[in-house]
Amino acid sequence: MAPHDLRRPFKRAAISDQQKRRDLSLLRQAQNRRDAQQQARCLASSILSLQSSAPESEPEQSDIEIETEHDSEDLSKDLDVRRVSKLRGPEVRKWFARQLMLPEWMIDVPDRLSQDWYVLARPAGKRCFVVSSNGTTVSRQRNGSILHYFPSALPAGAKTRDGSGSAQSYCILDCIFHESDQTYYVIDMVCWNGYSLYDCTAEFRFYWLNSKLEESGACNVPSHYHKFRFSAVPVYNCDQTGLYAAYSGAVPYVKDGLLFYNKHAHYQSGNTPLVLVWKDENCSQYVIDTDGKGEIPSQQQVVLELQDDGKLVTSDDPPVLFCCLDGDIIEKSGLQSGNLLRFAIGDGGLSFVDGKLENADLIYLGKSNRARAFADSYSKVIFQFMVRHSPLKIDDLLASINSPDDQEKIPSDIEMVG
Amino acid sequence: MEVTQVLLNAQSIDGAVRKNAEESLKQFQEQNLPGFLLVLSGELVNEEKPVETRKLAGLILKNALDAKDQQRKVELVQRWLLLDGNAKSQIKAGLLKTLTSPVSDARSTASQVIAKVAGIELPHKQWPELIGSLLSNVHQLPAHAKQATLETLGYLCEEVSPDVVDQDQVNKILTAVVQGMSSSEVNIDVRLAATRALYNALGFAQANFSNDMERDYLMRVVCEATQSPDVRIRQAAFECLVSISSTYYEKLAPYIQDIFNITAKAVREDEEPVALQAVEFWSSICDEEIDILEEYGGDFTGDSNIPCFYFIKQAIPALVPMLLETLLKQEEDQDQDEGAWNIAMAGGTCLGLVARTVGDDIVPLVVPFIEENITKPDWRQREAATYAFGSILEGPSPEKLIPLVNVALTFMLTALTKDPNSHVKDTTAWTLGRIFEFLHGSAVDTPIITQANCQQIITVLLQSMKDTPNVAEKACGALYFLAQGYEEVGPSSPLTPFFQEIVQSLLTVTHREDARESRLRTAAYETLNEVVRCSTEETAPLVLQLVPVITMELHNTLEGQKLSSDEKEKQSELQGLLCGCLQVIIQKLGSSESTKYAFMQYADQIMGLFLKVFACRSATVHEEAMLAIGALAYATGPDFAKYMPEFYKYLEMGLQNFEEYQVCAVTVGVVGDICRALEEKIVPYCDGIMTQLLKNLSSNQLHRSVKPPMFSCFGDIALAVGEYFEKYLMWAMSALQSAAELSTHTAGDDELIEYINTLRNGILEAYSGIFQGFKNSPKTQLLIPYAPHILQFLDGIYMEKDMDDVVMKTAIGVLGDLADTLGSHAASLIQQSVSSKDFLNECLSSEDLMIKESAEWAKLAITRAISV
Repeated sequence: MAPHDLRRPFKRAAISDQQKRRDLSLLRQAQNRRDAQQQARCLASSILSLQSSAPESEPEQSDIEIETEHDSEDLSKDLDVRRVSKLRGPEVRKWFARQLMLPEWMIDVPDRLSQDWYVLARPAGKRCFVVSSNGTTVSRQRNGSILHYFPSALPAGAKTRDGSGSAQSYCILDCIFHESDQTYYVIDMVCWNGYSLYDCTAEFRFYWLNSKLEESGACNVPSHYHKFRFSAVPVYNCDQTGLYAAYSGAVPYVKDGLLFYNKHAHYQSGNTPLVLVWKDENCSQYVIDTDGKGEIPSQQQVVLELQDDGKLVTSDDPPVLFCCLDGDIIEKSGLQSGNLLRFAIGDGGLSFVDGKLENADLIYLGKSNRARAFADSYSKVIFQFMVRHSPLKIDDLLASINSPDDQEKIPSDIEMVG
Repeated sequence: MEVTQVLLNAQSIDGAVRKNAEESLKQFQEQNLPGFLLVLSGELVNEEKPVETRKLAGLILKNALDAKDQQRKVELVQRWLLLDGNAKSQIKAGLLKTLTSPVSDARSTASQVIAKVAGIELPHKQWPELIGSLLSNVHQLPAHAKQATLETLGYLCEEVSPDVVDQDQVNKILTAVVQGMSSSEVNIDVRLAATRALYNALGFAQANFSNDMERDYLMRVVCEATQSPDVRIRQAAFECLVSISSTYYEKLAPYIQDIFNITAKAVREDEEPVALQAVEFWSSICDEEIDILEEYGGDFTGDSNIPCFYFIKQAIPALVPMLLETLLKQEEDQDQDEGAWNIAMAGGTCLGLVARTVGDDIVPLVVPFIEENITKPDWRQREAATYAFGSILEGPSPEKLIPLVNVALTFMLTALTKDPNSHVKDTTAWTLGRIFEFLHGSAVDTPIITQANCQQIITVLLQSMKDTPNVAEKACGALYFLAQGYEEVGPSSPLTPFFQEIVQSLLTVTHREDARESRLRTAAYETLNEVVRCSTEETAPLVLQLVPVITMELHNTLEGQKLSSDEKEKQSELQGLLCGCLQVIIQKLGSSESTKYAFMQYADQIMGLFLKVFACRSATVHEEAMLAIGALAYATGPDFAKYMPEFYKYLEMGLQNFEEYQVCAVTVGVVGDICRALEEKIVPYCDGIMTQLLKNLSSNQLHRSVKPPMFSCFGDIALAVGEYFEKYLMWAMSALQSAAELSTHTAGDDELIEYINTLRNGILEAYSGIFQGFKNSPKTQLLIPYAPHILQFLDGIYMEKDMDDVVMKTAIGVLGDLADTLGSHAASLIQQSVSSKDFLNECLSSEDLMIKESAEWAKLAITRAISV
């Protein structure tokens, strides 16, 4: 048995820097995990308290329908968007997914188009909410996931040395991120510098957008404290000149159809018939929907949501019923209520009675891509169906403006009620 | 097979012959294990065989019983237990017989093998006659057999745990050992073997040390042995004293005066190996008293098991002068010899421990020594004085030390530049480091570094970085603590004006030709790291400028091709330092939004380099690079997704690294970082990650400390991917459930309780993540079946009353998450649980804000769940 070593550390610090690095990493990770948990709970608390003020809401189906509770909600809505914008987690994504105003597809021409509506050429790209507050800017895509987390020249959008990021100021913008020129095109303004525009008409919102965005410096070229350029989109009165300019005028971005805004409409979360989208091959690369591989399938595809009782419905509120699945089939295929399912429309097509969908020839293809947050809306299915069979053309739109009495222009072979 | 020849061949200098012999031994073992082991023991016992083959036979036998690798060890133990009984009896008989062999090597080998067999069999109540037959040997045999028997008893005590040996047998062992040590034993080798055996047997002597008479006797014998004419016996006897000082601290009071006299004499007069043990006795007493005083805050209320006897406080008037004397016995060039350990070093180390034990009281005892020696022409006196000063800087109060430091600082700065002796400069730089470590920072009221001297201090330290490697290394260390002291200085740091110069000097040091000596390069990078960590926003642009510089350095390490294994090791070490530095920079710049975006321009390039660093190795991943990637993922956020296709394989490799469990643990942490960065974009990688995590958890080879973070990681993944976690739910829940069952009850020492709490925390974080992840998904109901068990787990750990604050906070949070996610489905279950009442109330009234906050969350969620 040899003598035992009794050497002690000599002129050495008790802890190595490597161990310190490990420890600090663990500390940071633990802190981040706590934050993530805390955020998930904090969001839940605020939503819980909102829900508890609403008379009937079942927690187990709480898809956080804040937008359905009007008036009193609107006051706190921008606050929630702001508070939640930097949070993470699946629930946050879901919540955010419901905050954007979603246009219906134009399946007939609305009344008084030239008097009551604006038109603009929609940029191709990722639709998102951009929220600036407390010195950072976050963009959230339609499915709620974060696109960028960046500094911007928007009010409260960056921690600059002049300390402009004050707590009261913040912005919420409805944008499309255009990949090729890395620019956020602002298509609507929801809050500006602490001032909520939810309850303002589109007319006012666009006026405000055009005057404020430029002066903030957000349209300047990118720099350290301003990572992406913002740009306003030209908005026209939907008279013949305006419509023509939007349709064929040159813009610095790739167009993806035209957006029509009703001048009197407030900003409203979810699908709304007061904003409409329309497109044809001249103003969009993607008129007919493509499949996962980017190819146009031979048959039109639709995504519908499966409900408890086997009903297959659209994302509209209230949902539109397409057909019913047999309970047996549901059980065998392991499908669950809430699943989004993909179908093809067979040769039987869609048939209508009195403007209402009567029958749909649906062929089951499978579950939809999990990135999808919603089923298709009714207007989208119909627009796509029309595009394949009897599209609404630009001439129809122009003609409707020309006609003095603004008569409805109805595609000849399908009977519709919007 | 002629085994003797094969064993000889196995030691041949001819590689081919050796290989052949090893191969046939291996075949023999595989074909007939009992026969093989029998033949080996037959060889060992046979007096006609050559000593080399007997030794080797014994060694192979030993290796057939034990292995370093835990898994392999368990297998070998099982194999032996299942071996044919007859063969085992014959082998054991042969081993015992070998103890009487005239050949010393054969005896010694047999001793070790017997102890290994005993280590396996005694816990299974086998070989009950062993100790009896060994003891009967002691009384009858010739001296050489007696010596071997005592040695065997020593090994045996090292091998088996005290609880498998009856007190009756312990008594007999101790009696035999003590007899062997006593002056009545004339044979020196027997006395040495007995003294060394006692060292191992001390752990068995709890009962004997509680008996005054027996303890007196044991202590007398040990103290007598310290006076033996044989230096080996004296050394072994002092080792016994050191061991007694920690095992039986509370029994030492009656002997401490005698021990002091013995140790003082040994320190002053005996040979160095003995003197070192004598100093170690006092260091060890300091360790004990520091622990006791720390645990009870010096305020002994009578509820502890071990009171503080203040041996050191009483001893210092004599102890401190004795230690100060040792400081003057330095060896030439010890400062440049990294393996050096001598009486001056041991004495100084002990002096430092004494200062920590007694605090202010040491100062007046040391100051005269410093004053007398610090200006002497003999370098030994100047160095000893400086070392004494440096040693007492931790322990005494700042009020007591700061006046001294204020006087000494200028002198030290001059000595560091002007003293002709390198050893003095080394100790001076180290002492400055200690001054900054303990007396500089926001916690100290009167700053010792002021606007007036800051510039001078930094100039001197930067100058010293050009000195010999050992001095430069200490100067880097001093700068490290100088920077650390300004960590919480606010928006403006006094170091800002010097930042550029400091960084430049440190980088220059890393490029010195001799930077590998005295771990100089490591010290320079570590100091650079600390300077970055403690920098303020003012210098953020300068930290940013450092990114391309360090990146380029890392790039340069990738240039070399076809490296030798030595060069590879150097490359890997340097890459480690550079990745570590980048990690610190990324974490710093990533912690504020504005600097983060400025940093991001380098992200692609840096990630590319990290991947290349990984590619430098074939089988393992570089821990430092992995740590740095975690920081990068955190800073990058969702964009990190673009690196995943290439990075994933290294992530997997890191998770598979069982041997270097630190690497595995770090990788698990990085998975968490990536989950939070990527959120749902991590889905494509989840199958692989989850499979690996589940595999790791079911393995008993993996270091246990990695398991809790793996559970936390389940939570990170679930929170990121939401209901997609369904795929893994069943497996994850079953792993969690069995771990939860194991960790409800704790029984064991503090260390085990601490581990169990870490494990509980991991399990609970997993539950939290899963509940939050599934919330508001249509699949919430999948979690309902698990609710009873989870609530039972919460109730169980609450009732154990031994959870720490962290677990308490996480546990009450899980209760909230469960209620929040399951809502009315779990209402009645929640109402039945103890947790929702007593535990929740306890947390609501906690003084810990984090616990309170989580409890309020739980209360809100429960109220909501049961009101529907």
